[in-house]
Amino acid sequence: MTETFAQQPWLSTIMFLPLIGALLIIINRLLARGDEEEIVAWRARWIAMFTTLVTFAVSFGVYYLFYDPVAEGYQLVETIPWLGKGIAYKVGVDGISILFVLLTTFFLPICILASWKSVNKRVADFMIAFLVLESFMIGTFTALDLLLFYVFFEAGLIPMFILIGVWGSEGSRQFLGREIPARVYAAFKFFLFTLVGSVLLLVALMWIYGKAGTTDIVVLQNYEFSATAQKWLWLAFFASFAVKIPMWPVHTWLPDAHVQAPTGASVVLAAIMLKMGGYGFIRFSLPMFPLASADFQIFIFSLSVIAIIYTSLVAFAQEDMKKLIAYSSVAHMGFVTMGLFSGTEQGMEGALFQMLSHGFISGALFLCVGVLYDRMHTREIAFYGGLVTRMKLFAFVFMVFTMANIGLPGLSGFVGEILPLIGTYEINSWTAIFATSGVIFSAAYGLRLYREVMMGTITNEKLATINDLDRRETFILGLLVLIIIFFGVNPTPTLMVFSPAVDSVLEIYNTALAAASR
Amino acid sequence: MTFWDQIDYAYPEIFLALAAMGLLILGVFIGDKGSREIGFGAVGILIIATFLTGFNGSADRVSIFDGAFAIDSYAVFAKCALYLGAIFAILLSDRFLVREKLQRFEYSILILLAVLGMSIMVSATDLIAMYLGIELQSLALYIMAAFNRDSRRSTEAGMKYFVLGALSSGLLLYGASLVYGFSGATNFAAIAEGAAAGGNNIGLIFGLVFMVSALAFKVSAAPFHMWTPDVYEGAPTPVTTFFASVPKVAGMVLFARFLVEAFPSILDQWQGVIALMAAASMAVGAYSAMQQTNIKRLMAYSSIGHMGFVLMAVAAGNNEGVSAMLIYMTIYLVMTLGTFALILSMRRPEGMSEKIEDLSGLSKSDPARAFMFTVLFFSLAGIPPLAGFFAKFFVFLAAVNAGLLWLAIFGVLMSAVSAYYYLRVIYFIWFKEPVASFEKQTGAAISVTAWSSTLFMVLGLITLIGPLRLLAEKAASVLF
Repeated sequence: MTETFAQQPWLSTIMFLPLIGALLIIINRLLARGDEEEIVAWRARWIAMFTTLVTFAVSFGVYYLFYDPVAEGYQLVETIPWLGKGIAYKVGVDGISILFVLLTTFFLPICILASWKSVNKRVADFMIAFLVLESFMIGTFTALDLLLFYVFFEAGLIPMFILIGVWGSEGSRQFLGREIPARVYAAFKFFLFTLVGSVLLLVALMWIYGKAGTTDIVVLQNYEFSATAQKWLWLAFFASFAVKIPMWPVHTWLPDAHVQAPTGASVVLAAIMLKMGGYGFIRFSLPMFPLASADFQIFIFSLSVIAIIYTSLVAFAQEDMKKLIAYSSVAHMGFVTMGLFSGTEQGMEGALFQMLSHGFISGALFLCVGVLYDRMHTREIAFYGGLVTRMKLFAFVFMVFTMANIGLPGLSGFVGEILPLIGTYEINSWTAIFATSGVIFSAAYGLRLYREVMMGTITNEKLATINDLDRRETFILGLLVLIIIFFGVNPTPTLMVFSPAVDSVLEIYNTALAAASR
Repeated sequence: MTFWDQIDYAYPEIFLALAAMGLLILGVFIGDKGSREIGFGAVGILIIATFLTGFNGSADRVSIFDGAFAIDSYAVFAKCALYLGAIFAILLSDRFLVREKLQRFEYSILILLAVLGMSIMVSATDLIAMYLGIELQSLALYIMAAFNRDSRRSTEAGMKYFVLGALSSGLLLYGASLVYGFSGATNFAAIAEGAAAGGNNIGLIFGLVFMVSALAFKVSAAPFHMWTPDVYEGAPTPVTTFFASVPKVAGMVLFARFLVEAFPSILDQWQGVIALMAAASMAVGAYSAMQQTNIKRLMAYSSIGHMGFVLMAVAAGNNEGVSAMLIYMTIYLVMTLGTFALILSMRRPEGMSEKIEDLSGLSKSDPARAFMFTVLFFSLAGIPPLAGFFAKFFVFLAAVNAGLLWLAIFGVLMSAVSAYYYLRVIYFIWFKEPVASFEKQTGAAISVTAWSSTLFMVLGLITLIGPLRLLAEKAASVLF
């Protein structure tokens, strides 16, 4: 064997580690007798925790030891023949994807820790779904074959559907004149919205395969599609990613899914799954269809600005904390789409940074709501008030996250908003001006949430005995505070990692535009 | 080639025919108490027949009996799938028939005869041989549908199937006579020459459309699907298992061979017909299944939808399309057998359950079975990474490459719509509170079939799809 240690299939290892954990839990579950539920749950928790921690450790180690942040192109590439005729199992990472892999592996142990006590029915199933989901998400970010990407992209729906539908919150709603559990409605809506979006991507994928004879992303990024073809393909890809990220007006599944999902799944949805849309845009839409991307720039800008302003206003009117944060997510994703399609280096790197930082911030906010929900079993804003008197630590961390969400300088949210704005301003100043107003709106709803939940005196006597964060929660949230501050004051190393990959996308983009003399 | 040389190539069929008759005589002597043993005998016969096909099937075609019967890799591929599918269908029925007191020795013999008919169908390259195969198959199937002769629903199913089936046979014959009249031949290759000769071929097309309608009836494609839900629901479940899986493969394989070999030159004329039928089947399957409460009816509409997807590949009418059809049918066969194995395991002490509601909370009461149900239904819905997705993928790919982009887009949208009713089953399994649980003991045949089908769906993407694609391409290439 001439392969060195660095050339081992590291990415596949990271991808399949969680599956091994899932398999262990399954075996454990099948072998258990009927009366051993407690033990099975206990083991499932620990196996899941251990597996996700190992996965994180391995992925971080791979990043630290084998990943070269200044090199251009894909690294740690593995290719295995798969379906033949240009379809292969090919994985690899570059500056765009590596940090999202790390984000995924970082958040999974946190989600499991956050679900430690709050999930207490069918724990083993929950953990299996989570681990399988982790595998699929890592696969999505590392796939270098379009079909492989699609497989992972879509496969993530299965565990998420079950997570929302089984462990989702109580409550019911009217649908077609019938009373149905709200979580079921949310699960179906999530699944079908995303599926309808992505089947169009599938048709586009097959057309591309028929045309180019391969689904290798590296080849396709340099394949020149005709201008008309680019438009249709771009729209098909857009249908899929716009639902996933989500953009206005196809964002309506998100508030439902977020509100109904259990805390852990909400965090995964907000922190990682939404990012797949943005990742898709920069990985496929921009380099593969540069001309169409330029043509549809105004379209994207308009939708982004509407998302930023409209959903911020909608967020302001929410009564439910999770819904408020969900709408704020849509607004923040508006900055991402705007930055990505600005076609400038600041804009794109800023958008990627925003995706990362929004992952931490919205994840943290959902965890905060989870903290309150675990104690009081309601997410209604009006129920709370004056928590600061009893939950001092919580008030502090919640303040940090709210400020980061608003985009206070010094916290990571600021960098993620200012860079796309600068990038867009160069291209289209009006868009940037309108989008900037979104920052003000986000302050409005963010501060309103904080004031109504935290400030004042406790008026609801049920809150009189509420406890502050315990050690587990302090650890999780404290860690996120540190990360958000770190990224806020020192964004450069992260941007440096993005830079080579963004440069190569930009190079393709600009060359194509120049060739078409635009 | 002398007659005896030709016989060499028809060993599987001749063996099946003789063995079925031998078993029949044996059955008359032993009676119904030996029906289990006769079932195992039939399984053995099918296994031997599978080996007699020789597996490899050279790419060169061997035509025997004056070009009426062809032995090529296409037919061999189909025959192996048919025989293996029938083996599982017989094994799955065993326990059910005992429990429902339907043990009659004719059961497995009828399956053997039906399989013999299908075997002739997939090899037929002549209108007469084709008709013989179809009729032999159909007659056996009519009896099987009414197998529970004391049940009103079962006899109704058999009657309905028979009347409509006879009508479709009539259409087939009428179409065949027109085709013969206008092309002057019954042999596929000769018909192709006649069709290619040009001139006014309106009569030929009339005949073709009649025959296509009859074949669509056999594979239950819309608008000739009406019998499917009633027959599926009324027939005893093991019979439904067989109906939903094996004859569909034979019908589709024959369908593709008939169109591609006999009418290659007028592809543009029949492509539209097939494409419309595909679109209609997908829509009917997707929308009608939504309101179903009986899982067998649901599977009936599901199979109509699946036939729509397959017809999409047939409409492509090229090598890629036919190989996509073979891939799809193979995966469909495995999927359907697995799903019906699970449906057969839905038994409570008081009797069989067929309501979807009865699956409520299965994930709590029986996690292993719930897992299999979940995998198979997601696979039927075509969600990656399960094998059902790859089946759809190749079919859509063939349609896109053949320029049927509208059909592919319609198809993917319909597959998204149909995802709803598959999800509804998953919804009962996972999101509902448990009701009385099913019997734990399901019997080895059912659990082995269900587990292996599930594993095929899960692990298929790693190991099986690539080789399957190669095999199917090799098999399809003989038609072109």
